[in-house]
Amino acid sequence: MSALVDIRDLVVSYPDMARKPLLGAAPRNTVLHGITLAVGRGQIIGIVGESGSGKSTLGRAILRLIEPDQGQIVFDGTDITHLDDRALRALRPRFQMIFQDPMSSLNPRQTLHRLIATPLAIRGDTQAMDKAANALDRVGLPSRFLARYPHELSGGQRQRVGIARAIVQSPDFIVADEIASGLDVSSQAVVLTLLQDIVRETGTTLAFISHDLSVVRRLCDSVVVMAGGKIVEAARTTTLFNTPQSGYTRKLLEAIPLPEPDQVW
Amino acid sequence: MSAYLEITGLNAVLRGTRTRVLRDVSLSVSKGQVHGLVGESGAGKSMIGKAILGVLPRAIEVASGRISLGGQDLGVLPLRERLRVIGSQTAVIPQDPLTALNPSRRIGPQMTDRLTRTLGWQKTRANHRALDLLEEVAIRDPERVLHSYPHELSGGMRQRVLIAAAFAAEPKLIVADEPTTALDVTVQKQILKMIADMQTRHGTTMLFVTHDLGVVARVCQSVSILHSGMVMEEADIRTMLTAPAHPYTAALLAATPRYTDPEASLVPVSDTVLAGVAEAIRASDTLWGRA
Amino acid sequence: MDEALRTSPRATPWRLWLSGGWLTLFFGVALLAPWIAPHDPLYQDLFLQRLPPFWIDGAETGHPLGTDSLGRDVASRLMHGASVAATVALIAGLATCLLGSVLGLLAGFYRGWVDQVISRIVDIWMSFPPVLFAILLVAVIGTGLTSVIVAIIVIDWTRFTRVVRAETMAQARMDYTEAAHVAGMSRFATLMREILPNVAPVILSVLTLQMGIAIVVEAILSFVNLSVSTDDPTWGGMIAEGRVSIHQAWWVLIFPMIALFLTVLSFTQFGDALRNRFDPVLR
Repeated sequence: MSALVDIRDLVVSYPDMARKPLLGAAPRNTVLHGITLAVGRGQIIGIVGESGSGKSTLGRAILRLIEPDQGQIVFDGTDITHLDDRALRALRPRFQMIFQDPMSSLNPRQTLHRLIATPLAIRGDTQAMDKAANALDRVGLPSRFLARYPHELSGGQRQRVGIARAIVQSPDFIVADEIASGLDVSSQAVVLTLLQDIVRETGTTLAFISHDLSVVRRLCDSVVVMAGGKIVEAARTTTLFNTPQSGYTRKLLEAIPLPEPDQVW
Repeated sequence: MSAYLEITGLNAVLRGTRTRVLRDVSLSVSKGQVHGLVGESGAGKSMIGKAILGVLPRAIEVASGRISLGGQDLGVLPLRERLRVIGSQTAVIPQDPLTALNPSRRIGPQMTDRLTRTLGWQKTRANHRALDLLEEVAIRDPERVLHSYPHELSGGMRQRVLIAAAFAAEPKLIVADEPTTALDVTVQKQILKMIADMQTRHGTTMLFVTHDLGVVARVCQSVSILHSGMVMEEADIRTMLTAPAHPYTAALLAATPRYTDPEASLVPVSDTVLAGVAEAIRASDTLWGRA
Repeated sequence: MDEALRTSPRATPWRLWLSGGWLTLFFGVALLAPWIAPHDPLYQDLFLQRLPPFWIDGAETGHPLGTDSLGRDVASRLMHGASVAATVALIAGLATCLLGSVLGLLAGFYRGWVDQVISRIVDIWMSFPPVLFAILLVAVIGTGLTSVIVAIIVIDWTRFTRVVRAETMAQARMDYTEAAHVAGMSRFATLMREILPNVAPVILSVLTLQMGIAIVVEAILSFVNLSVSTDDPTWGGMIAEGRVSIHQAWWVLIFPMIALFLTVLSFTQFGDALRNRFDPVLR
């Protein structure tokens, strides 16, 4: 079985505007140093790291929301690294993203109906309305919510709308970027188990970006640990947690405060 | 051991209404202990700290209840006296190290303000004290830091400065309001250990506000679990973690992810538990309505 | 907790009603001035010079706000002056808004060289002292209402460009812009359908501010005699004339000043109040 997403030697850098000389180009900061990674079909892969590890950049680069400097991104056999805007737009429905901050990723001036149905309507789908209602139902929100605005919802509900918007196009691949970091534990539990159920049920491949190893342990089939723009360790989840190979992974695990009385900390 | 902080029947309401944001809160913290205030957003955990320090938002006022520090009932003191007690006996470790320091003033005077103004110390003595504390929080060049502006320090340094500043006046009580929420786990561990060290060394009583049951387990000796401004359970830390008395506490524990036990992680809080909580709140509100 | 604070009862929108009421009166009078003004605003009657307003002894019933030093009816002149002010506010305000906002949207959304060019022009433009600039401009292209309007557009478009550019950049950084991209929306459609509605409230509040400013600029140009011809009644012209006879007939000066003040104030207040009341995000 071939991988759905195949990334080879991906390098991404940003211009450093703070060090830009008056004339000429700004020097560049490299945030991803040659990432190679294959994501199998139907897998949930966890991408873990601390801030500045490059995990979010990786997620965005896979979806071509950031232009890579070097390397190759192959999606389902198609090299999408250099596809132009038009060709990419045709592929967009197949890969989706759920964002960290639902307050910022849901346009505050649009009703849920518009938020969820727009991606379909762009492609002239006549059943956009029905599908939007179905997607909302799948994430456990009543269809009367279609007429509401994002600010009328709770944080957990908003993030469920984020999921609905991602699944409404029946994508093959979803990148979820720190989608629970702003939520209380009780909403986090609801949102994450919901997402897990949906992708398992539909066979969708999921890249789950998170800083929380405990959450990754519960949700993912395999884990990639990142630091400083590089992959430190990649393994199946049970292997990584039972026998972490890298010192960095062990350090991360040991730093997590556990709700247990006798943790050596 | 005697209780240093004691709160009995504290009710806070939206100003001018009977709508409560704190519902009959009672808790006591022994001298030198760290007590956790745990709850999700809207549980009122920060409100308790703010009520003690007299810095509640304008829209909220204390309706009834007793708050005492070291046996001194704050409610019976005239305003000026109360401010003096709060100013000399308490301090805060704030949540956001970025906004807690005034960007246009040097670190030194910001650290010693309370010493020189409220306690009337000499400037040199206050400076010495600040230097000692910066050394205590492992800042290498304290002299330089005292003369720096906040933007010249890294985020971790600013956080340590704020911890040092909190201990500057040897307060009896420190309220730490989610001091590590925005930090990476490795940095969080350093900062929490530092706070715990300082707390033990100075024998300070502490209220530790957080949403993270893991953090509570590492830092606190006792804990109050809150929901909607109401204490669901007050217990010592081991009891809360191993044999929670309230179903809501148990549900929170099961919802909290832990890599050591993935099966008991991310379990959504059941409707039965939430109904039980809602019932308890309704019952309390009915009593309150009759009073 | 936050929930409870947010749902606190909303106060009666006095600001909206008062400012909206005054503006309705202002535009109504401006539109109907030729029919409702009691006198010809240009008709001089030297026998009725400096008649006081109605509540002072010596007033004439036909002249409720008195007459000026040439015996012209102050109330009628005020009404016709409102026509001039309203024309300037609407045309200059909207045209400035359109020009400035389009440039601001383009600069803030497309960034790069588009932004570089527009922003540099704005910087250079703003280093001219505005009133001097206006006076020069009118002196060159000649007096008249059209010149005044052109002058205001030429001077004030930068106000919109700066504010709209900043807001567009802030909105473009929000994740919903990226989400639109993931949904397969084109760049231009993203700007028009996702970002513009979020920038619109800011544009609206600058627009109402700009309408007030346009009236003030017109008044200043009238005051220095560079607006419409001297005979036509304008608030600025009335203030200029009233200044000369302030000791004999203060009302010639005071009434247009009050009208000017209330109108400009109402414009800014109306913009803010409207936004508070009807913005679904703030609500």
